[in-house]
Amino acid sequence: MTATTRAPASTSPSAPHQPRRRGVELSLVVGAVLISVYGYTAVGLARTHAVPHDVLRYGAGLGLLALVAHLAVRLRAPYADPLLLPIAVLLNGLGLVLIYRLDLETPDHPAAPAQLIWSALGMALFTATVLLLRDHRVLQRYAYLSVAAALVLMTVPILFPAVNGARIWIRVGGLSFQPGEFAKILLAVFFAAYLAANHQTLAVTGRRIWRLQLPTGRVLGPIVTIWLTSVGVLILERDLGTSMLFFGLFVIMLYVATGRTGWIAVGLTLAAAGAFAVGMFEPHVHSRVEDWLDPFATIEAGRGAGQVAQSLFAFGEGGLLGTGLGLGHSTLIGFAVKSDFILATAGEELGLVGLTGLLLLYGLLVARGFGAGLQLRDPFGRLLAIGLASIVALQVFVITGGVTGLIPLTGMAMPFLAQGGSSVVANWLIVALLIRVSDSARAPLTEPGAGALPPTPRETR
Amino acid sequence: MIRYIRRAAWLCCALLIALLANAARLQIVESDALGKNPANRRPAIARYAEPRGDIMVDGRSVTGSKDTGQQLRFERTYHRGPLYAPVTGYSSQTYGTTLIEDAQDRALSGLDPLLSAFPLWHDFSRGRPPGGDVITTINPSMQRAAYDGLGGKRGAVAALEPSTGRVLALVSSPSYDPGVLSGTGPAVTSAWARLHGASTQPMVNRAIHQTYPPGSAFKMVTAAAALDAGVVTDVDAPTDTPDPYLLPGTRTLLPNAAPGCGNASLAYAIQWSCNTVMANIAAKVGLPGMLSTVGAFGFNDRDLRIPSLVTPSNFDTRMSVDQLALSSIGQFNTTATPLQMAMVSAAIAHNGELMRPYLVDRVIARGTRSISRTHPSLYQRAMKPSTARRLQQLMVQVVEDGTGSNAAIDGARVGGKTGTAQHGLDNSGTPYAWFISWAQADDAFQPAVAVAVVVEDAAANRGQISGGGNAAPIARAVMEAALRH
Repeated sequence: MTATTRAPASTSPSAPHQPRRRGVELSLVVGAVLISVYGYTAVGLARTHAVPHDVLRYGAGLGLLALVAHLAVRLRAPYADPLLLPIAVLLNGLGLVLIYRLDLETPDHPAAPAQLIWSALGMALFTATVLLLRDHRVLQRYAYLSVAAALVLMTVPILFPAVNGARIWIRVGGLSFQPGEFAKILLAVFFAAYLAANHQTLAVTGRRIWRLQLPTGRVLGPIVTIWLTSVGVLILERDLGTSMLFFGLFVIMLYVATGRTGWIAVGLTLAAAGAFAVGMFEPHVHSRVEDWLDPFATIEAGRGAGQVAQSLFAFGEGGLLGTGLGLGHSTLIGFAVKSDFILATAGEELGLVGLTGLLLLYGLLVARGFGAGLQLRDPFGRLLAIGLASIVALQVFVITGGVTGLIPLTGMAMPFLAQGGSSVVANWLIVALLIRVSDSARAPLTEPGAGALPPTPRETR
Repeated sequence: MIRYIRRAAWLCCALLIALLANAARLQIVESDALGKNPANRRPAIARYAEPRGDIMVDGRSVTGSKDTGQQLRFERTYHRGPLYAPVTGYSSQTYGTTLIEDAQDRALSGLDPLLSAFPLWHDFSRGRPPGGDVITTINPSMQRAAYDGLGGKRGAVAALEPSTGRVLALVSSPSYDPGVLSGTGPAVTSAWARLHGASTQPMVNRAIHQTYPPGSAFKMVTAAAALDAGVVTDVDAPTDTPDPYLLPGTRTLLPNAAPGCGNASLAYAIQWSCNTVMANIAAKVGLPGMLSTVGAFGFNDRDLRIPSLVTPSNFDTRMSVDQLALSSIGQFNTTATPLQMAMVSAAIAHNGELMRPYLVDRVIARGTRSISRTHPSLYQRAMKPSTARRLQQLMVQVVEDGTGSNAAIDGARVGGKTGTAQHGLDNSGTPYAWFISWAQADDAFQPAVAVAVVVEDAAANRGQISGGGNAAPIARAVMEAALRH
C-alpha cells in the first residue's frame, strides 16, 4: 500500500494553516434553523391559515440545541469541517417539520413531540461525544468490545415480540428502541480497527482461485465469521434493509482497506445469491420484490393501490416544484408514512427541486466524510470516516431507492428525516464521530491532542 | 488507500445520480401518467376540495355545498331537488355527474381556465379558482306549474321560448332528490340501488332521455311536409280520402276515432285528428319529402345538446309506403322526446324558424364576471313561413273549437294539438296522452312559449285517456305561468 505517497498536495501533511471556519459553521447553523422555522410556519399557514402558536418555542428549542452543539464543536473540535453540523441540523429540522405536518392529518397519533425529545437527546449525545471523545483513535482500543456489544444489541430483540414482521425492537414500558441503529456504528468501529491493523496481511497473496486472490484463512476467518453472524441474526430478525446495509458497509470497508477488486466481485456475488434466495423463499421479502417488479399489480387485481404505488403517486404529484408544504396527500400511503415513507411527503410537497436538495445535502454529508477520510493520515481514522459516511450513503440509497421504486422496498429510516428515536440519536452519534475525525484531519500538526500522528512506517512502506 | 477511497466515493456518487435520475423519471416523465392512474385519489380529492359552483334559476341558487370534513370534502346539496333534478342532474362522489352537473363540470369544479383571471399563475401555484356559477334559462314558476300539474304521475313537460330556443321548463315525473346521491358510503349506495330498482324509474329524465310514440301530435309535422311539398295547397279543400283508409300495398284498413273524416280537408283532419287523411297525405308526400321535413324539425339528430345530449327522436329512413303512412300519424317506429315535440310546436310558433334549444344562459366566475354566454341561434328552418302561419291557424282552431279546448286561455292566442298514442304489443299498454301547444298574449307580437306535455299513466281507465283531457290542462298551466311572467 503506497497510496499516501502519491496523494495530491492538498491532502499531504504540509498544510499547517487550515482556517477554522467556525464563523461559517455558526452562520450556516443559524440559516438551517431559520429554514426549519420557515418550513414549520409554512405548514401552519397552508393548513390552518395561521402561524403555529408554538413556532417561537420550536425555533428557540432547535436553535438552542444547535447552538450548544456548535459551542461544543468550537471548544473541542475547532478545526472540524464546518458543513457537517449545519447539514445535520437542517435535516433534523426539516424532518421535524415533515413529521409535524403529517401529525396534522393523524391527530390521534402525534409523533413530532416524541421526535423533538429524541432529537434533543441526539444533540445532547452529539455534544457529549464531541466534548468527551478527544481523539478518535481511543476507539481503536475497544474494537473487540465494540463487536461484542454490537452482537448483543442485534441479538437481544429476538427475545422481544415482532413488530410489523421484524424483530428489531426492544420494548420496555412505553418506550421502544431499535438497537440495530447503534450496532451499525459499533460494527463500523470494529471493521475500521480490525482492517487498519490487518490490511497489510489481508492484501498478502493467499490461496488463488481462478483469477481471484483470496487472503489466508487465518486473517479472513474472524471478519467473515462476524459478518456471517451479523447477517444471520438479521435474517432471523427479518430486517433485510439493515442486513443489506451491513453487507455493503463490509464490502466497501474491505475494498478500501485492501484494494482488492476481487472482494467486490465476491461480495456482489454473495449479495446477489443471498438476495435471490431470500427474495424467493422468504414470503415477507418475496412480496416486497413483487411490489417492486410491478407496483400497480394490486390495482389491476382490483385491490387498490399498495404502499409502493401510493408512494409513486405522491412523487408523481410533486412534479418539479411540489404542491407546497402541507398541501399534499401523502397520507394516502397509510402505514409508515412518517417513517419509511417520509421522503414521499418531501417529494410530493417540495417537488423534484426539494427532493434533489435533500439528496444533495446527504451527498454533501457523505462527501465531507470521504474528504475527512482522504485527509486523515492514520488508517483507523480513515476507515472509520469512510465507514460512517458509507453507512449514511447506503442507508439513503436503500430507503430512497425503495420508496421511489428503484430497488425493492426494505424498511429503513431515512437518516434524520424519518420518525424513529434510535435512528435520530444514532445519526447524531455518526455526525459527532465525523466531526471528531474531520477535526483531526484538518487540524495543524502542532495542535496538541487533536492532530494526526505522523505517518507510521507501515503506512508509507 | 487514497485511490480506493476515491473509487468508493465515485460509487456513492453513482448511487446518488441513480437516485436523482429515478426521481426525475417519477416526478417529471411519469408524473402525468401517475396522476391519471385510476387508483390515485388525488384528482378526486382536489375536485371536491373547494365548494362547487352553483346552478342558478332566475337569480336563485338551486344547489349548495356542504363541508363534510371528509377526504372528498364538499358534498352537493340541492334546494327543491326533485323539482330541478331533470335540469341539474346529480354530482356524486360515488357516481359522478349527469346533465348540467356533467356538461358544465369544468366550470362548476373550477377547472375551466377561463375562470381564472391569471391562468398561468394558477398553473404555477397549483391553486384552483373557485367554481363558476351556471345560470340556467329555466323559469321557476313554469317549472313548478309543470311539476305540480303532473302531480307525481309518470310523464314529462318541456317548454321553450320559440323566438330564442331558451328551455323555460324541463320536468320529469316522478322525480328524485339528487342530494341523496352526494358523498360516499352505504347511505349513498343504498339510495342509488333504491332509485334504480324503483318501477317508476325516477332517475330517467323523461323530458330529454325518454322517447314516446307521439301519436296524433306528430300530424303537425306531416301537415308541414304536405304544405311545403305542395301536396296540399288549400287546407280547406277535400283530400279525396276514404274512411276507413286502405293502407297502400296491404289489406289493412286504417280507421278513425273521430267522425266526419271521410274525404275531409286538412284543416278538419287537424282539428278533429283524422288518421286517414294524414296517412293518405303522407303517402302522397313520399318518403324523401317526409324525411326532409322531420330532419328539419330535429328528428334523427344524434348530436343535439342542450348542453346535455338529447336522446334522438326517431323517424325510420327506410320504409314501405304503408309503414310511412303509419309513421306519419305518429305510430309504427316513430318516437319522440317531449323536448322534440316542444321543438315542433316552437318551430310552428316562430314562423318556421326552429331555434336551437339551450338550457344554460351563461357561466359566471365568482364576482359576476361572465365567462361564457349562449347566444340564440337558428337550429334549422323547419318549414316555409307561409306554411307555419297556416299551421298556426289550424292549431288555434284545435284549441278554439276542437280536441284541445282544455288549453284555452283568456287574453291569449293559443294553438295546440292533441295526441293519444297507442303502444305496446297489440296496443295493449296504457296509452300516452300528448299535448303540444304554444301561446301568444293578445298584446304581444310573437308567441312567448311552446310546450309539449306527455302523461304516461293518465288514468286508470284507458278509455278515458286523451291528450286533450289529461295533458292539455297541464300545458295550459305552464303557458299561463309563461304569460304572467
